[in-house]
Amino acid sequence: MAWETVIGLEIHAQLSTQSKLFSGAPIAYGAEPNTQACAVDLALPGVLPVLNEEAVRMAVKFGLALDAIVPSRSVFARKNYFYPDLPQGYQISQFDLPVVDKGYLDITLENGETKRVGVTRAHLEQDAGKSLHEDYQGQTGIDLNRAGTPLIEIVSEPEMSNAKEAVAYMKKIHALVQYLEICDGNMAEGSFRCDANVSVRPVGQEEFGTRAEIKNLNSFRFVERAINFEVERQIDLIEAGGSVVQETRLYDPDKHETRSMRSKEEANDYRYFPCPDLLPVDISDEFLEEVRKTLPELPDAKKQRFMDELGLSEKDASELSASRAIAEYFEEVAKGSGEAKLSANWVMGELSAQLNREDKGIEDSPVSAEMLTVLIQRISDNTISGKIAKDIFVDMWTGEGDVDSIIDKKGLKQITDTGAIESMIQEVIDNNPNQVEQFRAGKEKLIGFFVGQVMKASKGKANPAQVNEILMKLLKG
Amino acid sequence: MHNKSLTELSAALASGDLSSVELTHYFLDRIDQYDGDINSFVTVTSEQALAMAKQADEQIAAGQAGKLTGIPIGQKDIFCTEGVRTACGSKMLDNFIAPYNATVIDKLGAAGMPMLGKLNMDEFAMGSSNETSFYGAVKNPWDLDRIPGGSSGGSAAAVAARLTPVATATDTGGSIRQPASMCGLTGIKPTYGRVSRWGMIAFASSLDQAGVLARSAEDCALVLGEMAGFDEKDSTSVDRDVPDYTADLAEPLKGLKVGLPKEYFGEGLDSAVEKNIQDAIEEYKKLGAEMVEISLPNTHLAIPAYYVIAPAECSSNLSRFDGVRYGYRCEDPKDLTDMYERSRGEAFGSEVKNRIMIGAYTLSAGYYDAYYLKAQKIRRLISDDFKAAFEKVDVIMGPTSPVTAFKLGEKKDDPVSMYLSDIYTIALNLAGLPGMSIPAGQVEGLPVGLQIIGNYFEESKLLNVAHQFQQATDWHTQSPADYQ
Repeated sequence: MAWETVIGLEIHAQLSTQSKLFSGAPIAYGAEPNTQACAVDLALPGVLPVLNEEAVRMAVKFGLALDAIVPSRSVFARKNYFYPDLPQGYQISQFDLPVVDKGYLDITLENGETKRVGVTRAHLEQDAGKSLHEDYQGQTGIDLNRAGTPLIEIVSEPEMSNAKEAVAYMKKIHALVQYLEICDGNMAEGSFRCDANVSVRPVGQEEFGTRAEIKNLNSFRFVERAINFEVERQIDLIEAGGSVVQETRLYDPDKHETRSMRSKEEANDYRYFPCPDLLPVDISDEFLEEVRKTLPELPDAKKQRFMDELGLSEKDASELSASRAIAEYFEEVAKGSGEAKLSANWVMGELSAQLNREDKGIEDSPVSAEMLTVLIQRISDNTISGKIAKDIFVDMWTGEGDVDSIIDKKGLKQITDTGAIESMIQEVIDNNPNQVEQFRAGKEKLIGFFVGQVMKASKGKANPAQVNEILMKLLKG
Repeated sequence: MHNKSLTELSAALASGDLSSVELTHYFLDRIDQYDGDINSFVTVTSEQALAMAKQADEQIAAGQAGKLTGIPIGQKDIFCTEGVRTACGSKMLDNFIAPYNATVIDKLGAAGMPMLGKLNMDEFAMGSSNETSFYGAVKNPWDLDRIPGGSSGGSAAAVAARLTPVATATDTGGSIRQPASMCGLTGIKPTYGRVSRWGMIAFASSLDQAGVLARSAEDCALVLGEMAGFDEKDSTSVDRDVPDYTADLAEPLKGLKVGLPKEYFGEGLDSAVEKNIQDAIEEYKKLGAEMVEISLPNTHLAIPAYYVIAPAECSSNLSRFDGVRYGYRCEDPKDLTDMYERSRGEAFGSEVKNRIMIGAYTLSAGYYDAYYLKAQKIRRLISDDFKAAFEKVDVIMGPTSPVTAFKLGEKKDDPVSMYLSDIYTIALNLAGLPGMSIPAGQVEGLPVGLQIIGNYFEESKLLNVAHQFQQATDWHTQSPADYQ
């Protein structure tokens, strides 16, 4: 039987506010346990939540970026359950009236087609603390630093039909929240994570199959692998005569499998009701306009502009606009050097390779946009060749100084003196009579050999264009 | 001395005839002498009280005194007090020393009022008789075999026995007004949002409101003025200026339109209590008030709605008491579930457990619409009843409680009959309206309270209406025989 997969994602993005969603306690990752939690976060008797307006602003910004409905009123609700790292015994979240209502996102598929994925809603909620099991024998440690941290939960429609689409959607949301500067996107620290709802059904069936929810996926790779595993598990199960149970599952990246966490029967009844400590959130048209003014250029618009203004190909424009930091770096280099295509090649080539090699983000690149701009300028004004530029790039990466001082120090300035190049070429011709003869007999591809010899003799400093030109003249002459 | 009004005490302090230290000592001695029988204080903070009194004396000497500087006060043990145990009547918090002050505590401290101690109450303010306290029942100073009312039973008994000049209290369904009625006191529950709830341990957040138990409307006006006001730490507090509540006390009542809801004078109202209320109404007529019969047609729905909404909120509010971070934890839990179940099972009393169970049930999937949502709709209807009434009248009057103080143990095993004693008070909390109870007579030596209900933020009007009655009558000056 042919099967089709239905995937919906719930993405949790931690908002980059200064303080928590309902308290003034700071949000700093990696601090000593329980040092970033105040009386409100500890849920001492008598404390009350006060909404962080900045978090609302960020959520609204997200809604506007998705072209979503931002309702004039949203309401916080309590989701009640007991867990040691949930101090209140309830999470303050939003239930039937979220801050962001229906929106959508266009993703680009592998075949280059665009697919529109519906976003059901996005709501504000507080994160829980952490339970630490490792360092305590027979006991559990509780760290409430994360308790009360603002999150937006972004719920998609069940409209993705394979793992790759799900990853493309997640990547796009990931880029978007960083563009909007509402989330640092740090997946290793848990600032951006997702739950995947996965089900399968026979092709052509309208009704959804029973879904399983895979919890807490914190890398794109895990999302893809967990979904693929889960799809296969469900199909195998059904084909063997079994049926899928509605349940929550955990993905174990070491064993590459998903495991049952709890079934629907064991699932909590969260007893949602409006939080009586908080007033409804009213969003005025003025507030919406104020937030709209803070929206940056979004990835799709940027991509189009890179194509229209800078003449980049769709592929390059797409890659360079995917991350705001890379896009901004690229644009600075392209504008400073006046060489868009060359800048694109360098950013996507040497720079990105080095960053990957050292697992660095572009904000931590030792070669700044300014430095790369000068390097590209030196290529285009013929001071250095592209090959030498690569060596200089490595030198800059390791902190040996800026472009011009490395050129000076190492004497890497390109040789453009026609006389000097001619005499080097003459020497090569004199030393290789056989090759000259073959060339003249028609084996023209030997030109590469001569260029190589000349470049070697010049230690790479001879201007390649001039070398080519003079070689042809002398060989054919 | 212990029968002096706050204004009189203030004058004595200002004149130098009396120091705050002397006054504080005086009340600490009375607590020592009488509270053994009454059990109104769960914690007496003598050292702190005297330190604050000394400070108050310095302020008075320096000419920096406010109206209440140096006058001691008792605080209901529902308000968090920094460095002092705040147990809220529960074994759950018997070991809890609050690391911060409730806004009410801070404000009254800033007003220069030494805190004598923390007052007994029903566990987590759930009760109408003060019999659910982990620290034992409070006795009514008018008759030690009787209950003082609840949940602010400790506050009421302490003021009635003159162990403190005045006390704070809270009211979720009548917990200020009903004990005021049963102990012969004047109590005010202000409009919801008038006094900050920060640091006040929540029972039902949308209904809880702090107020005052005192011996007169004038005393209530003075203390409420210091407690009220916007607090950015409480999102439900209202940003609105606090008037001088004493400013309108002397206004004559001529032409005042008083609504008498027919539903408040029906079945269930003790006839002797009713007689007293009718007499009080006659007194108001003499003062120039005009009586208008009105109807609050949804009155009969108030108790059912309340006993859905209050438990629902309480079931969630009390979830934080889980034995993890503070409060009671059972011995040797064998796992997490065991720790939750036994910590909560061993530390909560039966009334609290009842309400948590009811609340969890009414919020559960499949029942939410039938209970919680329906109760919220009724809440709206009840508010609308009052809204319509206040288009016709200035204030509404009726009995505070259908009965006088009942015997200890009398209704302990009959929760429904206990709940019915709040029949006239609960609707105000659902609507968020301000209300008072003032002494208006006695039945067989037990006080009867008249309830006065005002429109939103019309505390000044209520206090004026109460004060004028107290200028014409002396019910409020009477005190229990053994504590005169």
